[in-house]
Amino acid sequence: MKLKLKIWRQKDAKSKGKFETYYLDSVSPEMSFLEMLDYLNSQLILKGEDPIAFEHDCREGICGSCGLYINGRPHGLKGKTTTCELHLRDFKDGCTIVVEPWRAASFPVIKDLMVDRHAFEKIMQAGGFISTNAGAAQDANAIPVAKPNADEAFDAASCIGCGACVAACKNSSAMLFIAAKVSQLALLPQGRIEAKERVKRMVAKMDELGFGGCTNTRACEAECPKGISISHIARLNREYYAAKFSD
Amino acid sequence: MNKLNAKIPDGPLAEKWTRHKASLKLVNPANRKKLDIIVVGTGLAGSGAASTLGELGYNVKVFCYQDTPRRAHSVAAQGGINAAKNYKNDGDSVFRLFYDMMKGGDYRAREANVYRAAEVSNLVIDHYTAIGVPFARDYGGLIDNRSFGGVQVSRTFYAKGQTGQQCLLGGYSALTRQIQAGTVTMYSRRELLDIVVVEGRARGIIARNLITGEIERHAAHAVVLATGGYGTIYYLSTLAVNSNGSAAWKAYKKGALFANPSFIQIHPTSIPVLNEFQSKLTLMSESLRNDGRVWVPKEKGDKRNPNDIPEEDRDYYLERRYPAFGNLVPRDVASRAAKERCDAGYGVGDTGLSVYLDFRDAIQKQGAKAIENKYGNLFEMYEKITGESPYNTPMRIYPAGHYTMGGLWVDYNLMTTIPGLFAIGESNFSDHGANRLGASSLMQCAGDGYFIIPYTIADYLSNQIKVARFDTKRPEFEEAANNVKGRIDKLLAVNGKETVTSFHKRLGKIMWDYCGMYRNEEGLKKALTLIKELEEEFWKNVKVPGSIEGVNQELEKACRVADYFEMAKLLCTDALNRKESCGAHFREESQTDTGEAKRIDSEFAYVAAWEYNGPDKEPTLHKEPLTFEYVKLQERSYT
Amino acid sequence: MSGIFSSSLGKKLIMSITGLFLMLFLVVHLTTNLLLLVGDGSLYNRAAHALATIPLLRIVEFLLAFGFFFHIVYATIITLKNQRTRPIGYNKTASNRVTTWPSKNMYILGFAILAFLVLHLINFFLKLRFGEAPYVEGTEMHNTYLLVSSFFAKYWWYNLIYVISAVLLGLHLSHGFWSAFHTIGLNNNKWLNRLESFAYVYAVIVAVGFTIIPIYFWFAR
Repeated sequence: MKLKLKIWRQKDAKSKGKFETYYLDSVSPEMSFLEMLDYLNSQLILKGEDPIAFEHDCREGICGSCGLYINGRPHGLKGKTTTCELHLRDFKDGCTIVVEPWRAASFPVIKDLMVDRHAFEKIMQAGGFISTNAGAAQDANAIPVAKPNADEAFDAASCIGCGACVAACKNSSAMLFIAAKVSQLALLPQGRIEAKERVKRMVAKMDELGFGGCTNTRACEAECPKGISISHIARLNREYYAAKFSD
Repeated sequence: MNKLNAKIPDGPLAEKWTRHKASLKLVNPANRKKLDIIVVGTGLAGSGAASTLGELGYNVKVFCYQDTPRRAHSVAAQGGINAAKNYKNDGDSVFRLFYDMMKGGDYRAREANVYRAAEVSNLVIDHYTAIGVPFARDYGGLIDNRSFGGVQVSRTFYAKGQTGQQCLLGGYSALTRQIQAGTVTMYSRRELLDIVVVEGRARGIIARNLITGEIERHAAHAVVLATGGYGTIYYLSTLAVNSNGSAAWKAYKKGALFANPSFIQIHPTSIPVLNEFQSKLTLMSESLRNDGRVWVPKEKGDKRNPNDIPEEDRDYYLERRYPAFGNLVPRDVASRAAKERCDAGYGVGDTGLSVYLDFRDAIQKQGAKAIENKYGNLFEMYEKITGESPYNTPMRIYPAGHYTMGGLWVDYNLMTTIPGLFAIGESNFSDHGANRLGASSLMQCAGDGYFIIPYTIADYLSNQIKVARFDTKRPEFEEAANNVKGRIDKLLAVNGKETVTSFHKRLGKIMWDYCGMYRNEEGLKKALTLIKELEEEFWKNVKVPGSIEGVNQELEKACRVADYFEMAKLLCTDALNRKESCGAHFREESQTDTGEAKRIDSEFAYVAAWEYNGPDKEPTLHKEPLTFEYVKLQERSYT
Repeated sequence: MSGIFSSSLGKKLIMSITGLFLMLFLVVHLTTNLLLLVGDGSLYNRAAHALATIPLLRIVEFLLAFGFFFHIVYATIITLKNQRTRPIGYNKTASNRVTTWPSKNMYILGFAILAFLVLHLINFFLKLRFGEAPYVEGTEMHNTYLLVSSFFAKYWWYNLIYVISAVLLGLHLSHGFWSAFHTIGLNNNKWLNRLESFAYVYAVIVAVGFTIIPIYFWFAR
């Protein structure tokens, strides 16, 4: 199949970027999207041009490294998919594919399609944990957890930290990311102990780092490759107000 | 032989670790912050070690090549994590877990280490639960377990098909807590390019900052490698594309011995290669074989749609060859059987390199809903990759390189032969013998990181308190940094006509063909020649664009592949040396009448630890004899 | 409580609470207005008179003004902040089939509604409170019915503006209704879809309710 690619190229964080157009004449529909980029890169390298920098690692949809804004949506048009799980058979022969990096003030571009998602680290460090040292725990079955809560905590915990929620949100809000962690830990008795402090710190950090606020457009949920529900945002809100009003 | 003092403590097996812990020296809490520890890698082992050492008050520096520690490839483990909790009341115990691991590893692991791994497994589960890992629970609110990997007890803790992710994210959150507390400093997007040895002890690392390109020097009192396996030596594997063996290799070249390098597990149920540009193979959990039936057509080159092939024209070869275990034979056996059928011309798919894993009968018997509940997410994953639904069409699977049992040789304290250099998790060799049992890798990695290294490293550091922090301007750092830069300059200077990936693929093909599932003397010797030739070609014709500065992903790959050429030779040398078949290592010269692996305990009941002697010199083999007091060596039979 | 309203979530809480209050007001307003369609209008006149004269309701009127004020001010603050979060936009964007148009354009819808509100106040409220609205003969009570019915019978373009505004209000509410509950945390997996359905029902009732009135008087003229 044939493809026309419009790809964002940017030398480094300081440079101004622009779109470059590339043509591929014979790619197989069985190729994954990233394999197509590999192939394009190999051609660029042999021509003496700079290959396109993009992030990827596990290539099976779980590490959260890859994240490209493809044809107007994070991780492409398929939904509930990471970029590495996209295949060319998901595209039409002869089509034009526009590939952009995540765009958000809190996710500055490093090079080409790579962005710096370090802001997520800062948010996690602000409180996305349970303060138990190794060796201090009681038996794992000492505290039962109701199955529905455990299951819902798992759903929240399946976040891969790819940043598609921020990329999709018109406000570049990180609410779904934070909600997933706050919700997971709030649902588990082990996490309840420091639930109030956690939610306050994580939200304060999010605001400080320049992420926007949530306006409930559901774009994050629609683009989340793991399908994390915005109901976790409702829980985050509850937790936050309860924590703040008890101050 | 003093190079290989494993330092196994005396006493009965069940008391060794307890006694040893009591005898290990300690570091006073006030002194800990004066001691710097470098941890490389942030998977289950690395994040566990780093957070725990931070909690204890040491000054820890952690490195990973990813943008965040949460992406280490432990994240991709699917099935589960074993522990001898005996929550199911089905007769499990630490001893039984130990025994299963010894047997599963085909008796090529150290009893004492394996027993300890089983012993600390329970602590791991307690800790993960306490830090918020949402393990699957039953309706009473207690943790559920399942049976995994053909063992007779249900001891596997799981979180759907994402156990590795959940454990890693738990470990990651504990790590972020220590970063916030200031005990741990995180250096992400750094790749280790050398280890610095000062006066015979590991004292630091040289790392490239993958964003700025700067060659950085980091000093410490001790270095812990938690850098995972080297399965990407096959190019295509179930590992992350950027996983690599360079850290372990650099340690080897600095004097650490490398143990059993040829022991690589080939996982039987991976999605097969679908196109020539494929960059990665995706694992389908082993649990699928509980309900799926493996078959190929009886007729060579039968191109009919699998659903049109009637029962009598199907060869359920696992059920035929191994009536007792059928589709549930261990990984190595299933892998070899699949390759045997494909090599004989019965393989299916365009390439002929895959076999069917069919759920038709299970769906008929249990209903599609029941199958969906068990394997829904795996079926979905399969459909995303292949575009075919396993509900209607049999899955196609093929073996793929997966886990490296081999790794840096370590003693009971998990220290390599370089004092002050420790290796934990998959990067060491210690617990899985010649074949790893399902769901025991997460267990070992976490055990090493949380509950073993914190004790043993204290013993080493206890006499390092008076050693002042190291200046990275010392000549040893200078030399190591210059060597790293020299090698990078050399790679960039070749400016040839072939990409790094192309070389990597060609190397992978050689390794897969001659040092993969089946190995023989002739093939391994041929491989050694081919590797040498290809390596020479690489250094003459590779094209690495750009410069050392800034982001240069091709340069990252080139450094890794250059190391793989060297490592590939050691793998073949080791495979050549071990003339027996054991576990995942199958020498065609050593098989039973029915074509199964045949161990030669009288000659090969040892750990093969290799010492580096220089670039063009043969490595020296050191043998650590394996003695078995608590397990009885038996032939593994599944017929 | 310290600093709650300086956080992004605190600001949203204000949006949510004022929004819920305004939605409650809309229910009262619509119910009263629908009395226009009942009988000869005397019922409506009495209701309007009561609303304008009961002292307690005058306090509520102030609250309502505050509600509008904060809803508008905070919407502006939030929107301005959110607009700074993506300095470089996307070259191409596509629909995800979940996000609704109103949810992305609440501020624009709100602005249009504000413009309408000003006009609406001029048309009726100011006339009744300060202007020369007609009285029901022989009483101290305004003939609001006459004011409204003659107004809608007279200018077709006013009718058009009122109908369009009712539709825009409906769109605003179709998101605002469930969003308000969601923001204060009254939502979960089960209620997510239910609340969205309620939101559509509420939005349609309000939009249709306010549309009927001008149309009725136009055709009844």
